Amino acid sequence: MCGIVGLFLKDPTLEPRLGDMLTDMLITMTDRGPDSAGIAIYGGETKSSTKLTVQSDTPGVDFDTLENDVRKAVKGKVSMSITDTHAVLTIQSDQVAATRAYLKSNHPNVRVMSHGDSLQIYKEVGLPKDVAARFDLRSMSGTHGIGHTRMATESAVTTMGAHPFNTGPDQCLVHNGSLSNHNSLRRKLRRNGVHIETENDTEVGAAYLTWRMQNGATLGEALQSSLTDLDGFFTFVVGTKDGFGVVRDPIACKPAVMAETDQYVAFGSEYRALVNLPGIETARVWEPEPATVYFWSHDTAPTAKAA
Amino acid sequence: MQSFDLETEGLRALNKTLHAQAETTNQTVWEITNPKGSHAIAVGLDAPIEVNVKGSTGYYCAGMNKQATVHIHGSAGPGTGENMMSGKIIIEGDASQYLGATAHGGLIVVKGNASSRCGISMKGVNIVVQGNIGHMSAFMGQSGNLVVLGDAGDALGDSCYEARFFVRGAVKSLGADCEKKEMRPEHIEFLKDILAEAGMEAKPEEFTRYGSARNLYNFDVDNAGAY
Repeated sequence: MCGIVGLFLKDPTLEPRLGDMLTDMLITMTDRGPDSAGIAIYGGETKSSTKLTVQSDTPGVDFDTLENDVRKAVKGKVSMSITDTHAVLTIQSDQVAATRAYLKSNHPNVRVMSHGDSLQIYKEVGLPKDVAARFDLRSMSGTHGIGHTRMATESAVTTMGAHPFNTGPDQCLVHNGSLSNHNSLRRKLRRNGVHIETENDTEVGAAYLTWRMQNGATLGEALQSSLTDLDGFFTFVVGTKDGFGVVRDPIACKPAVMAETDQYVAFGSEYRALVNLPGIETARVWEPEPATVYFWSHDTAPTAKAA
Repeated sequence: MQSFDLETEGLRALNKTLHAQAETTNQTVWEITNPKGSHAIAVGLDAPIEVNVKGSTGYYCAGMNKQATVHIHGSAGPGTGENMMSGKIIIEGDASQYLGATAHGGLIVVKGNASSRCGISMKGVNIVVQGNIGHMSAFMGQSGNLVVLGDAGDALGDSCYEARFFVRGAVKSLGADCEKKEMRPEHIEFLKDILAEAGMEAKPEEFTRYGSARNLYNFDVDNAGAY
């Protein structure tokens, strides 16, 4: 099954409540995915600095000296804030590759969950309400966010198998469904030098989008070509720096409901996830069409648009 | 009229109460408040009662219905009216996927649009949709009528048997072994009656009938490509 929720705010006065509203939506989707939960949240961008969200199963050990170690290893300002098993390293924008390389060779237990100017990803195994409490998701503010509750079908219940997946700078993917050609596609992508960590099908979907974009496709084009190259069931929601996008496979078995008011655009696997949003009674509520790429953006010149 | 607040009293209590209504009940009209997209509201009813749901529903509302009239004052989630035997479902808003799947009888009326797989494997139900219907509607439909005042999506009536489809607007594409058919006087009569029963105004002459070409009933190797 799996549950997806997403909220894109048009009204900036709601931004301090983004985490609170998304958490309610996420917990409502527990029935669809009690294994693990995750959230990608966008906001708090600072000029010329980038956020690296990292995770460790043993944060007490791994995060102890991490801030100082990174500061010594890379150029520019480094700061870190720890939340449970996750920490956000804020580094100079041109130091992302150096930081990743340093972490890989010197802190092998620290895993990079996301990188981007405004994106942070938090995900763990456990009931959505427990995951939300561990990271205090309710207190987070932002411009838009995506959440996922997982019921694993294709691979193990692990932190790295939880969604959202980071696909590129400030980009993430969540998935409801199952991909059936993920093994052959994983082999193909690995042959092309793409790093894929787990046996998870969605990670292959995420790696596929990343690979297409590295080869010059826009996110919209990458999503459009996923309709041809990915076999299986999927409703994807993708996050970008300035908005989010939705695409469903041509069969569209996996449910999707959208709601739009003057204040927000919301996504839910079920209408239940949306019922407590302000003004939902008079919102325009509809199901996205199959095999159609949708985008909503804060920017008049969005970083991604439908192909 | 009996009122029931789903949020405070809960789903099990609601369905238990509704199941307790017999043929002879004098509590014939019910109102359910705060449905909030909950699943399985008013499933398995078997009494001539009227149930008004004041809002939108989740999966399988009024599934397996017999005799009852379930009126949804909002939109309906996936699988609404699945396997209905008799009675009536009225949806004021839109209906999600597989509305009236495998339903044997009764009438389902949608004032908005219905999504994909509307009337999939229908076995005798009548479905009237004021708006449009999505792709793969009436897939493997066996009996009954699907009446659409708007347009139909891709692959209408794929692999259908003896169900009939009447569409007023455009059909994006027909499914395997589904074809356009002649409108005979009995079809005009049928549409007149069903549209009146559904409370909808449309001229029966504006509809086109579709149904099975009856080529795929039995396996024939020459048709292998069509399956």
